[in-house]
Amino acid sequence: MSNVKEILLNPIFNNNPIGLQILGICSALAVTTQMSVAAVMCIALTVVCAFSNFFISLIRARIPSSIRIIVQMTIIASLVIVVDQILGAVAYDISKQLTVFVGLIITNCIVMGRAEAFAMQNPPGLSFLDGLGNGLGYSAVLMSVAAIREFFGSGSLFGVEVLPLVTQGGWYTPMGLMLLPPSAFFIIGLLIWALRAWKKDQVEAPEYQIGQHTAMSHS
Amino acid sequence: MSDSSNFNKDSIQNVIVIALVVCLFCAIVVAGSAVALKERRVENKALDKSKNVLIAAGLFEEGVTKVEDINTLFARFEPRVVDLRTKQLLSEAEVATVEQQLEISFLDYDQRKAAKDPALSSALTDLEDIASINRREHYSLIYLLRSESGIDRIVLPVHGYGLWSTLYGFLALEADGNTVSGITFYEHAETAGLGGEVDNPAWKAKWPGKQIYADHGGVAMRVIKGAVDPNAAESVHQVDGLSGATLTSNGVSNMIAYWLGDDGYGPVLGSISG
Repeated sequence: MSNVKEILLNPIFNNNPIGLQILGICSALAVTTQMSVAAVMCIALTVVCAFSNFFISLIRARIPSSIRIIVQMTIIASLVIVVDQILGAVAYDISKQLTVFVGLIITNCIVMGRAEAFAMQNPPGLSFLDGLGNGLGYSAVLMSVAAIREFFGSGSLFGVEVLPLVTQGGWYTPMGLMLLPPSAFFIIGLLIWALRAWKKDQVEAPEYQIGQHTAMSHS
Repeated sequence: MSDSSNFNKDSIQNVIVIALVVCLFCAIVVAGSAVALKERRVENKALDKSKNVLIAAGLFEEGVTKVEDINTLFARFEPRVVDLRTKQLLSEAEVATVEQQLEISFLDYDQRKAAKDPALSSALTDLEDIASINRREHYSLIYLLRSESGIDRIVLPVHGYGLWSTLYGFLALEADGNTVSGITFYEHAETAGLGGEVDNPAWKAKWPGKQIYADHGGVAMRVIKGAVDPNAAESVHQVDGLSGATLTSNGVSNMIAYWLGDDGYGPVLGSISG
């Protein structure tokens, strides 16, 4: 049973897809200006990741290695289209705000990465949990980034005003930078730093040593 | 095949079988969901459009979410077809002729699609294309709200390019065809919090009461950089710019200049408001 728990919870802190594997950064930049939009994106990605892992694992013994990537893609793409259709039917306003990013789940490296790295070698049940866990790990980072960006950029959380804005007669002047994609880079960078300061084993060995007689070697 | 020791998953036979089965299965799932949910999606889209017509005209109240309520309110509007080439408001008979000729129905007319269809639109020259929209549809569906005393509101579909995307929206005018009664955008992909503030109710509230046309007749309405000086003579034609979103603000100005100018609805408005 501990195995199940590990597979589900490991991706949240120990093996976070964004924090450690550095996958799925693009959507983390694009859909994190508002928490409500980010939340829907997280749910969509988690569902796609869990089910694509499940279905791929189900037929893993029969997938020829020569066409495995395209088989995975076909399954992932179909799931994404279904999710997009459902969003358009039940949450039209939010699907309008997510625009192309739901479609871009197809190219999200987390989904492909987990399919290739986990689902191709493990049984369906565990693969489903792995997909779920990685979806949650992605969600944890996305929601933290969205919370910071929305709080400082718009003075609100989930669209509920927390800091009264100057434009609405309050005192808080929003930080415009927080609403632009570069701010997500800074926040994700800081989050990864914090995560690795806490869990030292995630720090990678340097790929090269700075040689002698350079400016840096004297410092 | 059941004998796993003999089963070679990399055989050409298996490659073809798996490829076909996966494709077939996925195609059924995708097509099934698309067909099953199509009705709801189309409904949502139509509802969203009606809602935005209501918002522009100032008839929408927050909290009205029931489909029936929106439809009842929307039913008060009279959709009319404008021929943007001849600048004529088409009569029922003319609409019927056009529908027959082009084999379209204005009941489910997709104006955005029409603007891309060579049969239903024409390319604009650089000089004409103030709003950067490349092509303009021949027919536009506008909405008139009538009261006992005559026309009350004129709701015009407008679109124009901002910074990242084309903004699609509605502009509502009072009966005089000059005073703005409201503006709203139902689709755009401007930066949330900067250009995306075109959706901010506080900003949209600055529009009602503004005058589109200057005394000499040209379009004077525009979004300026910074705040409007209420004492300036021009202030009746100006709306505060969105901070940090100069290009989106310019896009909105260009959109107004184009659609209410002589190439857009300008000449039609005169004939509607009389």
